[in-house]
Amino acid sequence: MELLLLFLIFFPLLVAVLLLGVRSERITEIIVTAGALLIGIGTVYLLIATIGMGAVFFATDTALVNLILLILEIGITLFILYLCIRYQQRLVALLTCIQIAIIIIAETGIVGSDHATTSGLGLFFDEFSVIMALIIGIIGSLICVYSIGYMRDYHAHHPDIPDRRPVFNFLLFLFLSSMFGLVFSNNLLWLFFFWEVTTLCSFLLIGYSRTPEATRNAFFALLLNLVGGIAFAGAILYILSAAPSGDYLELSTLTAVGPDLVLFALVPAGLISFAGLTKAAQMPFSSWLVGAMVAPTPVSALLHSSTMVKAGVYVIVRFAPVLEGQFIGMLIALVGGVTFLLASCIAITQSNAKKLLAYSTIANLGLVVACAGVGTTEAIWAAILLIIFHAVAKSLLFLCTGTVEHRIGSRDIEDMSGLFVTMPKVATMMLIGMAGMFLAPFGMLISKWATLRAFVDASPPLGIILVLLLAFGSGVTVFFWTKWMGKLIGYQEEKTPVETGVNRSEWTALYLLTGFVALVAFCFPVISSGLLESYLMNVHHATAASLNHLLFYDDLIIILLMLSLIVVMPLSLYFFRHTWKKSYKKVPRYVCGRPVVSPHSFTGSMSVKQELFLGNYYLEQIFGEVKMIRIGDLTTIALIAILFAAVIGVVF
Amino acid sequence: MDLIHIIYGLSFIVFGPLIGGIIAGLDRKMTARMQGRVGPPVLQPFYDIIKLFSKEKIAVIYSESFWVLAYLIFIVITGMLFFAGGDLLLVIFALTLAHVFLILGAFASSSPYAHIGAERELIQLMAIEPMVILTAVGMYQVTGSFFVTDILSHAGLLVLVLPGVFVGFVYVLTFKLRKSPFDLATSHHAHQELVKGLTTEFSGPTLGMYELAHLYEIVMLLGFVYIFFGMVPAIGILAVIIVYFLEIFIDNATTRITWQPALISAWIVTLVFGGLNLVALYLL
Repeated sequence: MELLLLFLIFFPLLVAVLLLGVRSERITEIIVTAGALLIGIGTVYLLIATIGMGAVFFATDTALVNLILLILEIGITLFILYLCIRYQQRLVALLTCIQIAIIIIAETGIVGSDHATTSGLGLFFDEFSVIMALIIGIIGSLICVYSIGYMRDYHAHHPDIPDRRPVFNFLLFLFLSSMFGLVFSNNLLWLFFFWEVTTLCSFLLIGYSRTPEATRNAFFALLLNLVGGIAFAGAILYILSAAPSGDYLELSTLTAVGPDLVLFALVPAGLISFAGLTKAAQMPFSSWLVGAMVAPTPVSALLHSSTMVKAGVYVIVRFAPVLEGQFIGMLIALVGGVTFLLASCIAITQSNAKKLLAYSTIANLGLVVACAGVGTTEAIWAAILLIIFHAVAKSLLFLCTGTVEHRIGSRDIEDMSGLFVTMPKVATMMLIGMAGMFLAPFGMLISKWATLRAFVDASPPLGIILVLLLAFGSGVTVFFWTKWMGKLIGYQEEKTPVETGVNRSEWTALYLLTGFVALVAFCFPVISSGLLESYLMNVHHATAASLNHLLFYDDLIIILLMLSLIVVMPLSLYFFRHTWKKSYKKVPRYVCGRPVVSPHSFTGSMSVKQELFLGNYYLEQIFGEVKMIRIGDLTTIALIAILFAAVIGVVF
Repeated sequence: MDLIHIIYGLSFIVFGPLIGGIIAGLDRKMTARMQGRVGPPVLQPFYDIIKLFSKEKIAVIYSESFWVLAYLIFIVITGMLFFAGGDLLLVIFALTLAHVFLILGAFASSSPYAHIGAERELIQLMAIEPMVILTAVGMYQVTGSFFVTDILSHAGLLVLVLPGVFVGFVYVLTFKLRKSPFDLATSHHAHQELVKGLTTEFSGPTLGMYELAHLYEIVMLLGFVYIFFGMVPAIGILAVIIVYFLEIFIDNATTRITWQPALISAWIVTLVFGGLNLVALYLL
């Protein structure tokens, strides 16, 4: 089993290095497809082989690996410093120096540690790791496959951007490799190393096009993530200075401390959760993820669904047992709750599809963070389900948007009217993805429902505040998704189909992801009973009785019935469409009795032909982006300031 | 879920529209009297719907009828779930789903009036959703369950401990019943400035399905009012009658307002009445 973990970490790395040296498109396609397939099979095998095994740890030569990783980390720092000098980024250079200094101080024992442990349980997996690995291995590799065709089109559309596709593919697979490392690391030093690699990869991918805007946004993303990285490094320094033996560097030990050591564990939990907030793009750090949309669409899909931001919420969920019922946990939960509501509000005002998706990601991660901060069994159950459902639906939506953008030349939602006519298959996939994001009985709604239950039971006064944030946020969510759906199905008969140019690699990824949205919606009871419940029993010491509370049998039956109905109804429409269509007499739209010239114009007064335009509501005056960001930043900065005060209070 | 509850749920399919139709008929009669008219017969809503189903099928785009059918089906499912004593949260989310289908039906036609109606309906949905969720949460806090059966068997009148939630719910009920001042998306009255708003392009059987779904919806929403008084059925029915009369009265005494005050006032009422009530429950 250890071999399999090492395979999942190193095989993507191998593929990445191979791709770096390949120029031929044909060979690249073969390597990417084969690599993605093997990674996918590897993760599925991991799932099948480890069912029912619980948490398994592997002894490793920790001292040696630490040394190698430290050298690599110094290498990364030097590389970032080089780029900082080249692009004159003093602040980023300063932060990266601070970070590496903390790590060197912590590791070389200047704080007085003599590093008693030379070996330890560095690698591990449990149900949560396996779920994360499936998300990375399946969704992540599908995005890599998609990117072959997409990037070909991308460079055809943007001849001014230098074609550095080998580097691009290298970074994608390096990203997957580091994500696998991140979810299988039990040693915090290792986890931190992989954490830094994901930061570096996302920085380089955001800056891929090398336009001034991309470079600026890439450095901004790096800057905010380094702030989190310093907090992470600070947590490691604190652990080593308090317990020089390094025993508490192990995630499994640190998150399972008894009541007497909870205060000790709270400091790293608070600091690392803060790092998680920066990486998961929670307010006030949300702007880096919005800025990241300058990157090619597969990068956005990767950052938003299976990597990067998921690493941020992953660590917070890992520390949930420590955070449960603590003041620090409450602050984290509130940051998440506020982010959920305000980011959803901002999404209303966005007509740029990628920006809307970005804000929706930030909002959903806020919900996960809120659950993790609450930390109860129910909340963690909801959080992990949210991570799964969000990853599948969001990757599909991003990839669909990318495909649509290349076909119609715009990513503006207003330009997508009548997409059902021009790109019927992609539009259907988008509808399924959106349904997955907010509609009952699809996945996200199930987890929102679970979240609500978890919040109601959370300790006062936190619970009630979170319930309010969720209640308002959920109303807002319905608004922006439905109006987008409405745009797609709007009837535009004069448009011609443009779907034929979509290439094979894109179709493969889109079809499979659409299938997965449906699959996880139907299979969530299996995911819950097969993986989540045993995880909750092991980590959260949940009892069988409390687990029975998670899903009521009656509800489950009704959810599955509704789901089947939702699948059957459109299919029946599809089968009977000809008879159905024939039974209706077609009439022009009602335009106050004016003569209709064509479907989208009518004769106005003085016989002037008037064109008809239909636009969506964006409610700028109420939910304006600038205003909402200001409110969100002020609130969350205040919360985080209190968080740091609380952490310092615990230290002294 | 035992047999008797399943029977309750199934009987809603038949009795829902019957009761709803009579309520709608009385509503029209009373509205007419308030306006100094004689008004139609009480059974008029039934005549209307029967006639709509016998009309020629015309449409801008045939898929409209699919979305409206989905709306009808999911409203019936929502109501069945409610009357079978199911999970309130699931009822609420299924209700939202049903309304999303209706809105998509309006969007599908790409008609200017239906389009604005759909946007307004979405705003209304956004305005009422928080309060409806808080209603379920409040009932859960008092009774310890989201299931209607458990809530009904709670000893004590819920309204006494949830007065704020009740006020908030009645406030947003006006949106749901499509009564003035919150009948922005479409209205029962002939004075809608958006022609028929949301339903402009629905005609014949499609409009019939919409009207039928609305009858189901009225009964289910009044069921929500009833469970606030669930312990004493007589008081419950009386409360339903009073609340509905109040809605008719407000409908005839007020003028339609624009979406901004509708949205903002609904949210403020939710926050003040609903939110404070829930906080008070925690403190007590």
